Amino acid sequence: MTALQIVLWVAVPYAAIAVFIVGHIWRYRYDKFGWTTRSSQTYENRLLRWGSPMFHIGILMVIAGHVVGLLIPREWLYAIGITEGIYHLGATGLGSFAAALTLAGLAILVYRRRTVGPVFLATTVMDKVMYVFLAVTLGFGTLATVFYQLLGPGFHYRETISPWIRSILIFQPDVALMAEVPLLFQLHVLSAFALFALWPFTRLVHVFSAPVGYLFRPYIVYRSRDAVRGARKPRRGWDPVQQPNPQRLHGL
Amino acid sequence: MRVMAQMSMIMNLDKCIGCHTCSVTCKQAWTNRSGVEYVWFNNVETRPGVGYPRGYEDQDKWGGGWVRTKRGRIKLRSGGRLAKLARIFSNPNLPGIHDYYEPWTYDYDMLINAPRTAQTPVARPKSLLTGEDMKISWSANWDDDLGGSLETMQQDPILAKMSEEVKAEFEKAFMFYLPRICEHCLNPSCVASCPSGAMYKRAEDGIVLVDQDQCRGWRMCVSGCPYKKVYFNHRTGKAEKCTFCYPRIEVGLPTVCSETCVGRLRYLGIVLYDADRVAEAASVEDDTALLQAQRDIILDPNDPAVIEAARAGDIPEDWIEAAQRSPIWKLMQYEVALPLHPEYRTMPMVWYIPPLSPVVDVVTGSGNDGEDARTLFAAIDKLRIPIGYLAELFTAGDVAPVDAALRRLAAMRSYMRGINLDDERDERIANAVGMSGAEIEEMYRLLAIAKYEERYVIPSAHTEQAHALEEMACSLDFEGGPGMGGAGPFGSSSGQSVPVAVENFHMLQNRQTADRPSSPGRVNLLNWDGNGTPDGLFPPSTMGDVRPTGKRKDDKDKG
Repeated sequence: MTALQIVLWVAVPYAAIAVFIVGHIWRYRYDKFGWTTRSSQTYENRLLRWGSPMFHIGILMVIAGHVVGLLIPREWLYAIGITEGIYHLGATGLGSFAAALTLAGLAILVYRRRTVGPVFLATTVMDKVMYVFLAVTLGFGTLATVFYQLLGPGFHYRETISPWIRSILIFQPDVALMAEVPLLFQLHVLSAFALFALWPFTRLVHVFSAPVGYLFRPYIVYRSRDAVRGARKPRRGWDPVQQPNPQRLHGL
Repeated sequence: MRVMAQMSMIMNLDKCIGCHTCSVTCKQAWTNRSGVEYVWFNNVETRPGVGYPRGYEDQDKWGGGWVRTKRGRIKLRSGGRLAKLARIFSNPNLPGIHDYYEPWTYDYDMLINAPRTAQTPVARPKSLLTGEDMKISWSANWDDDLGGSLETMQQDPILAKMSEEVKAEFEKAFMFYLPRICEHCLNPSCVASCPSGAMYKRAEDGIVLVDQDQCRGWRMCVSGCPYKKVYFNHRTGKAEKCTFCYPRIEVGLPTVCSETCVGRLRYLGIVLYDADRVAEAASVEDDTALLQAQRDIILDPNDPAVIEAARAGDIPEDWIEAAQRSPIWKLMQYEVALPLHPEYRTMPMVWYIPPLSPVVDVVTGSGNDGEDARTLFAAIDKLRIPIGYLAELFTAGDVAPVDAALRRLAAMRSYMRGINLDDERDERIANAVGMSGAEIEEMYRLLAIAKYEERYVIPSAHTEQAHALEEMACSLDFEGGPGMGGAGPFGSSSGQSVPVAVENFHMLQNRQTADRPSSPGRVNLLNWDGNGTPDGLFPPSTMGDVRPTGKRKDDKDKG
């Protein structure tokens, strides 16, 4: 266990997670108005119509795959009858498909962003940085899958990376698990944590606004002016005028 | 019965001269910012014409509003909750910016700063999306006064419903202006379409607003509104819409568009309605029955039962009184006001008095007496084209209510002419349209000479709350929100909110420098609020050292 390993597989992940959590809280409090998808669909729809659903559906599949592969111990899957063979087939097959969909979608979106004038001009610096880290993370992940899982003998990340991630999440980091992991996987993990650290400061925050509540709320929303007014604490000196409470006098 | 109050507007189309003052003042007040250059909360379109955005009334294309299902309920035309979420990554019904128009400016600078050349310099149009030269080919009023209508009129979705021969005759027969703002519907489909729940109807006065803090830019409201009166701010990535000038309404002032209307054709007031019966009224089977269904849920503010229920619903006493004096309620009672496109089933609350003037023009043009009741009635019967067109706009195609409204307007014209010329009150004219002479005179008063206080009956928000209004969590008081400019650290929209009333240094500076012209050191007068002395606006001071009192130093020395 070298110092570098501790930095890479303990310090960096925890730092990234901390920035991720604190950053989101800070951003939400500081910048609710900037919390948006920043959609550019009004500028251009021909490319976006294909690229955006491809990317988003692909990345949702990728995330689901990572949850199954990383967070759920394989013994649990064995217990419900998903053997190593079935898992490998599913993970590699579906995973490759999802990766292809995501990367193709991302390629269309990046091409669109660069070539469509209004979209390019509406791109912020943070957008560009985010695109780099997103693409790098996706790229390493895809390369690792292609070289080790598709073409190679198959790397058993559920014996190394998955337990390591879980060890991080339960605050008992096990550095040794990551020592022998192939470089491509290591790079994928590190770039992903870099992306997490960047996340709260980019448009990616819109992920946490996925409007699931829409399915359960009544169609027409009424709000009282008073309720809206109370949404923000009045600043000092702007407190509502209140009648003095005579009870307090009697209590003296 | 659950009584709620609704702030609403009626526009008398007979008086609209198409001057666009309402649009311009509204734009100055609310959408004079980058990101909403193409947005007109208030626009005036010439009808027949394609409207703004182009062909917005074609709901087969845009999927706005509600439709009735076979089971007798209503659903959003472009699909319910699941369908909306499935299309969230790319909204198939979203109008592109070119369906409105590509916003532009001119490089005015060139007019005075161009190098000496043989030719006179010109200010070329520059796209506000790309900054490049562009060819202006469309805008919000491209077919104003039927200009170019020979080419574009066929795209009018209303005309498309009418027959071919009608189309050919149209241009010489008929033209009028239709000013449009957000309808502040009782059953708003934009609110129902919003995945984030950021859009809401204010419980107190029914004004439909977007919470800018909660909007996530999913864009479903833009396509969900059949009137296309919710707009996407392409700089901030948030939806914006007509606010019914609620900061003015709350203190008893009319909206900017009403205040500045030179024809004085707008009426403002509240009506009471039964919120429990809105869904039921919006789901009646026949499109043409929607008008009556909507009239039925609007409650008589003089009915003791209604007053009782209003009090029970915490509606303040002065609001009930305002509802009784409301010009909106009166004009609805005369049945001369009609909603715009009731067939969208949103229960719109900005109504219109259909224009009689095209009919009068035709009668007068044919050498007949344009103010004689019988001639006018006959003409209304005969001129099926304009009546049919108006019916497609205001009554889902049912000509009877339009007919009735126009007859009443015609009767009023003749009856008042009788008073003015022959000193005779001809009750028969009034009775022919089911009114009494006294009623007609009252209606005439309201339509022709009503003063400011009669046209705008606006109960202010309550004084015991007034201190909070200024500083309430206003959905607009943000960097990049209406009335502000400038950019935060995460693009043009970020940063913490600034209180409306506090003119702080940064806000002033932002406003004076936002949308800066191509030459530095100059001030955009449209954005300048009269405060401070920005560079380049005034000639250098010759006063020397001026003291705060305004007196010169040497004055004091002498004294």
